[in-house]
Amino acid sequence: MTNIPPTPSASPPASLSRRSFLARSGLIGCSLAASPLLTPVSFAAAPWDTRLAVIILRGGMDAIDVVQPYGDPAYAGLRQTLLGGPQNGAADLDGFFALHPALAPLMPLWRAEQLGFVQAVSTPYRNKRSHFDGQDLLEAGTPGLHQRRDGWLNRLLQVTPGVEARTAFAIGQGEMKLLQGAAPVSDWSPDAEIALSPQAERLAGLMMEGDPLFHAALAEALDLADSAKADAAAGRAGTPGQGPRRAPPHQRIASYAAQQLRGESRIAAFSINGWDTHNRQKGALTRALRRLSETILTLQGDLGPTIWDKTAVVAMTEFGRTVRENGTGGTDHGTGGAMVLAGGAIRGGRVHGHWPGLTEAALFDRRDLMPTGDVRAQMGWIMRGMIGTDHQAISDVIFPGVEMGSDPGLVRR
Amino acid sequence: MRFDPELAEIRFGCGLSPRHAPPKGPDEMLTALRAPDRAAQDWPIPGFDGALADARAYSAARRARKAAIGSPLFDVRDKDLKRQRARMRDHQAVWFTQRLLRCITTSNGFRERLTLFWADHFTAQGKIAALRYGATPYVESAIRPNIAARFEDLLIAAVTSPLMLHYLDQHRSTGPNSRRAGRVARRQGRVVGLNENLAREVLELHTLGVGGPYGQQDVRQLAELFTGMIYNIEDGFKFAPGWAEPGAEVVLGQRYDAEITGLAAIKQALRDLARHPATADHLARKLAVHFTRDTPDPALVAHLADRYRATSGDLMQVYAALLEHPAAWETDLGNVKPPFAYLASACRALAMPPAALTKLSRPQMNRFFLRPMQRMGQRWEFSNGPDGWSEADGDWITPQGLAERLRWCMSVPVQLMETLPAPLEALQDALGNRATAQLRFVASAAETEREAVGLILAAPAFQRR
Repeated sequence: MTNIPPTPSASPPASLSRRSFLARSGLIGCSLAASPLLTPVSFAAAPWDTRLAVIILRGGMDAIDVVQPYGDPAYAGLRQTLLGGPQNGAADLDGFFALHPALAPLMPLWRAEQLGFVQAVSTPYRNKRSHFDGQDLLEAGTPGLHQRRDGWLNRLLQVTPGVEARTAFAIGQGEMKLLQGAAPVSDWSPDAEIALSPQAERLAGLMMEGDPLFHAALAEALDLADSAKADAAAGRAGTPGQGPRRAPPHQRIASYAAQQLRGESRIAAFSINGWDTHNRQKGALTRALRRLSETILTLQGDLGPTIWDKTAVVAMTEFGRTVRENGTGGTDHGTGGAMVLAGGAIRGGRVHGHWPGLTEAALFDRRDLMPTGDVRAQMGWIMRGMIGTDHQAISDVIFPGVEMGSDPGLVRR
Repeated sequence: MRFDPELAEIRFGCGLSPRHAPPKGPDEMLTALRAPDRAAQDWPIPGFDGALADARAYSAARRARKAAIGSPLFDVRDKDLKRQRARMRDHQAVWFTQRLLRCITTSNGFRERLTLFWADHFTAQGKIAALRYGATPYVESAIRPNIAARFEDLLIAAVTSPLMLHYLDQHRSTGPNSRRAGRVARRQGRVVGLNENLAREVLELHTLGVGGPYGQQDVRQLAELFTGMIYNIEDGFKFAPGWAEPGAEVVLGQRYDAEITGLAAIKQALRDLARHPATADHLARKLAVHFTRDTPDPALVAHLADRYRATSGDLMQVYAALLEHPAAWETDLGNVKPPFAYLASACRALAMPPAALTKLSRPQMNRFFLRPMQRMGQRWEFSNGPDGWSEADGDWITPQGLAERLRWCMSVPVQLMETLPAPLEALQDALGNRATAQLRFVASAAETEREAVGLILAAPAFQRR
């Protein structure tokens, strides 16, 4: 992983605002004079300085296989083909938990106390076990289903002054409901291509000139596509023949997120799929964790040390999985799960949360890891530590009705 | 009002086509809704029974696979299940193609538009693998045959559809004091009870509207009244009296007793909700927004609501009221076409031969249509929630959404058609009287025919309706 020096001023200029574009657009006439469609201008400074990347792990990550409670006496009896622990190649974390081997590349971060976990947490979603509803609830951040039609990360923006469209970015092709809502956000996928010849680009600009909605969207699309290209050119010069076009999608998304966070953006949200491991979990989870690990390392490398230092990466999933292995080397939909935390702003090097134990009586519904914490409360404390979000705003607006409890100390302040 | 045939086809139909003359007047548009459904005959889609047959085959394959765990048969059973999954994905692709072809070839575009509108109003989708692709068959059974009926018939058909019961969790909802709840408690030591999801959405989304005159008590009572409506994949819809909460319920001041009268009481409650004055306002506004613009003329909304109330929700009368109002014929194009309608109208304007689509494999349909639509923000059969797709133009014309529209029109038509129409001809076909001098300039200044045709389809005048 090549570290990019933290020189935000040298990064491609986050060009243009809609206003300047609309003002400039008068230059394009039927003559098709070769006038630049866009003129770079810089953005106003963002209202806070820390960076937050939220990753939704879609499919229900198995907390017990990722952060393996090998010190729990009941653990070995519950897992056969999926038995972990240091004897099976996992990295010991603290004498009780061990880390899945596919996350081994993150061990330097753990030792630097920049990687941590919260065990046995969940949303208020119980018993129904539908990904669809589980993710809806995770992203709505409400106690029950269908109570809000916007997402909690958007509500954070709604209560934070000085927010602009570039402050928060939803990245990738899947929809990110947690960022949908009344506050302006940006939305782009590094896979999106504008794919226009220079002539077609000018003609499209001309055609859309009279329609402000289309004109502004085109301007922003061209700008985003340009800066993605510029990033590609600048960021990957050291790996000949392996430009970001060739990199797998999760790395391109992580690079793109890092590029935005190096500039004016403060929040990036995207998702990593592939956690629904009903069969042969060993292979499937290894592949998914490799994607997660590469994502985190790409963020770290592309953000550079100065910005990484004030960054929190928070990965969360809609629910956990059954503690018992099923008959096909996999696990089924469960309840308690884990959050993965990384970044210089994180107080890492420890597994947070209250471990409920794995005896049958300690399980939820006699089959799932008992949730002892609410992911919303954990996230609330992270926002508070990172952005200084008001306590009341968190429990009234962002996560209505959440019991915040006492500060779990997930971030350095 | 001044009837404009081209505007009628653009705003109320599937877009202009060189193959199909636009409607001559409102009467023709309305009469066609009563005529046999030619598009559905030409491009058939099975009703919801077809989705249930898929679901049964899927469940059987999954049970067989589970039973084979640990035995040498497992790999065979695993393959069977994967094959069934692939079969269902094939069905989805075929049904999608039929929906697209109906829009491309119809001479009654208003029917396609109303079907899409009401399907969205009554959004339902599969939440489990067995019912994953049930939404199109649901529309075929519950929505399409009822778009020219009374609203209450449409409401009853949608709310009693197995897919709606599944989507909004009604099939789990049990009267807390029902025979079933007692039995489950005795035998399994579990508490089962009410789920308010369907009741809430019926009031909030389907009838009275979010600001409507109802309270939590009405939601609760309606949920109790709804208990007993379930489905299973063997029989489809069922009314199971053993699940129903005993005693009468009072919804908006009206008493209903499903325990005595069964489903009839539930249907009566739905009829009363359908005829409620607040429902008239809610639906009038939704129709006006959908067919004119995001902020519709209040006079149009009032006109539609009045007609709805006067005719107890006779939808044909409401459509007549829509087509006779001057605000429906404002010449400025307001709304942005959502992705499905946009792609369908593009194929229609290019007179794409049906064979160009019917010969495509499932992966090709994904590549040319379903994935682009998803990137444009509309994942086919899976909207964000029970409130359906957004009507706000700004939600579709995002940087990413617009980039994908541009990419699609520059690259897909040329791959689907042996020869593209000549640019100026395509411009005339796509936009008729709206082909301005500027657009003629664009069509002739592009460097290639492919780009010229792409740009015509990308024109805001083509993307709006």
